[in-house]
Amino acid sequence: MSLSPFGTSAEIGEILEAGEAHAIEGRSPLRLALARLRTDRVAWIAAGMIVAMALLALFAPVISAVTGHSPYNPDLINGTNGFGQPYGPGQAGFLLGTDNLGRDVMVRVAYGARISLLVGVLATLLATIGGTALGLVSGYFGGWVDALLARLMDAVLSFPYVLAAIVLAAVFGGSLGLTIAVIAFFSWAAIGRIVRGQTLSQKEKEYVEAARSIGAGSFRIMFVDILPNLVAPVLVLGTLLVPVAIVFEATLDYLGVGVGPPTPTWGNMLADDQGSAGFGAWWFWVFPSIALLITTLGFNLLGDSVRDALDPRTERIFATRRKVPAVADLDASAGAGGLDNAVERP
Amino acid sequence: MTRFIIRRVIQGAVTLWVIVSLVFVLFFLSNPDPARLLAGKSATLSQVATIRAALGLNKPVWQQYLGFLGRLLHGNLGESYKLHEPVTALLGQWVQVDISLAVGAGIIWLAMGLSVGILAARRPRSVWDRSATVFVLIGLSTPTFILGLLLLFVFFYILTTHGISIFPSAGNFTPFLTNPAGWARDLLLPWLTLALITAATYARLSRSSLLEVLGEDYIRTARAKGLSERRVVYRHALRAAITPIVTQFGIDLATVLGGAIITETIFGLPGLGQNVVSAIGREDLPVIQGIVLVAAAFIVTANIIVDVLYAAIDPRVRLS
Repeated sequence: MSLSPFGTSAEIGEILEAGEAHAIEGRSPLRLALARLRTDRVAWIAAGMIVAMALLALFAPVISAVTGHSPYNPDLINGTNGFGQPYGPGQAGFLLGTDNLGRDVMVRVAYGARISLLVGVLATLLATIGGTALGLVSGYFGGWVDALLARLMDAVLSFPYVLAAIVLAAVFGGSLGLTIAVIAFFSWAAIGRIVRGQTLSQKEKEYVEAARSIGAGSFRIMFVDILPNLVAPVLVLGTLLVPVAIVFEATLDYLGVGVGPPTPTWGNMLADDQGSAGFGAWWFWVFPSIALLITTLGFNLLGDSVRDALDPRTERIFATRRKVPAVADLDASAGAGGLDNAVERP
Repeated sequence: MTRFIIRRVIQGAVTLWVIVSLVFVLFFLSNPDPARLLAGKSATLSQVATIRAALGLNKPVWQQYLGFLGRLLHGNLGESYKLHEPVTALLGQWVQVDISLAVGAGIIWLAMGLSVGILAARRPRSVWDRSATVFVLIGLSTPTFILGLLLLFVFFYILTTHGISIFPSAGNFTPFLTNPAGWARDLLLPWLTLALITAATYARLSRSSLLEVLGEDYIRTARAKGLSERRVVYRHALRAAITPIVTQFGIDLATVLGGAIITETIFGLPGLGQNVVSAIGREDLPVIQGIVLVAAAFIVTANIIVDVLYAAIDPRVRLS
């Protein structure tokens, strides 16, 4: 027995040990963000919406096989009634009805999900990689490289891109590859601008100086030392860019300059249906619209949750968004709020 | 100030020249043959050659380009291959539609976006704020053409099939001077289509901008000296918060003026947007050039005006 109010040294040791078990363990910012994301109900709902759409896309051939309805081939004999009218939802075994060529709307919506998700994700990936690389180069090297790239980003951001896409589709003919390329081309600058601004501030920090003093080359400093510090804004922007790309794709297809028939896409389903049937057959356009809305809403909610998890100080959905006047330097947009500048609707 | 404007105008002219040249290059890259399209299916080779010569398409491309630039400097945009009218006259006719669209939609989205944003910013985290969030989220996620179709379906199709024909179908446009009431009636749905989605951006912008300003010291000072909340918000805070909105408004308005391709397509409005799409389809180079030039000119001009306005509203900004 000891008279010490703190107990024996052995007891103190035990307490210390027990305390150590509960000590704060070092967690990387990314793990902290993931933990925050896991407790976010909105993030779960958003993820659910996206997963549902992904499953729909994945199982589109299965749906087609089970129902026995092709997404491409018109089937006026089985798909329309005796008067050549399309079936409404639930009629003749067509859960979501048929279009004016007798094709199953459900099967076509499922196949449309493939195009939308493919284009949305691939175009965003390309834009993110390109934008990050060029933004890093622009911000890191400065000088004439920066002057050139910064002007290029300004030009791309201010170009009327729907018009440009139409002209390009007229020149090269609409296709899946061109659609992805066009969307990526008009999206990279948004990310490049933010990455450039962030790089400008990061390259002045001590760790960059330290890396340089031990002989790291420019390439290593940019992509090994600076890049990990830009993961947060790039991740947020990337997620928020997906719905923009999906709407962009649907818009191009709606205008008839995207992937094009006979491939079913939500955009060309909407366009076909408005032209041929008018509004009596509401199921022609209501179901593709709902699918499109669920997808964009899912990605927007998820992007918002990701932003919230990575930087809890920023406000959700509403964030500062200012157009930087030409008189001010471009860098002013690189703050936390600048993130939103990037996301524009077509 | 004057030097700033002169410099920006020169920069703008260079931008326009680059864009016009780009269209030229893209057009000839597509290996077009508008003469063939115009001549029709049963035309003989000599007929096609005659049309080609009449359009000046038999000359080398660089001669056509220089000829185009020369005419452009005299304000002559050439004549449409298909419509056989001077492009400037056609543009004047089509741009009326876009001016009408921009004026109506601009007023609606500004009023709606600002009021939702102010309402949300005055009571953060209230029911109002949360509803505003939902409004913004839906606005950001809805493609223009879905909203347009939905409005047409509800207000034209359902109402008309129930015997209430207030709203016209797509494809109607009445010039303002002919019949102002008919003008507004024909354009109400297109206005709403453009405005509802854009208003979401403005709600978000004005809310965040106003919240930021409301946190400033001078707002606390204004409250401390006993001003009413109304006066603090509308006189002191809003004035500072309005600058980013003015900027955004200038650009958005110019974009609509240069042709709202999607809205015009849905509602069949004969504006610049719909006509550029059909001109691309029939390889009508002078018309494509004219519309792209006008659209770009609107944006360039709006940028200059916005920068000048910015300095006028916010004394901290110096034009250099």
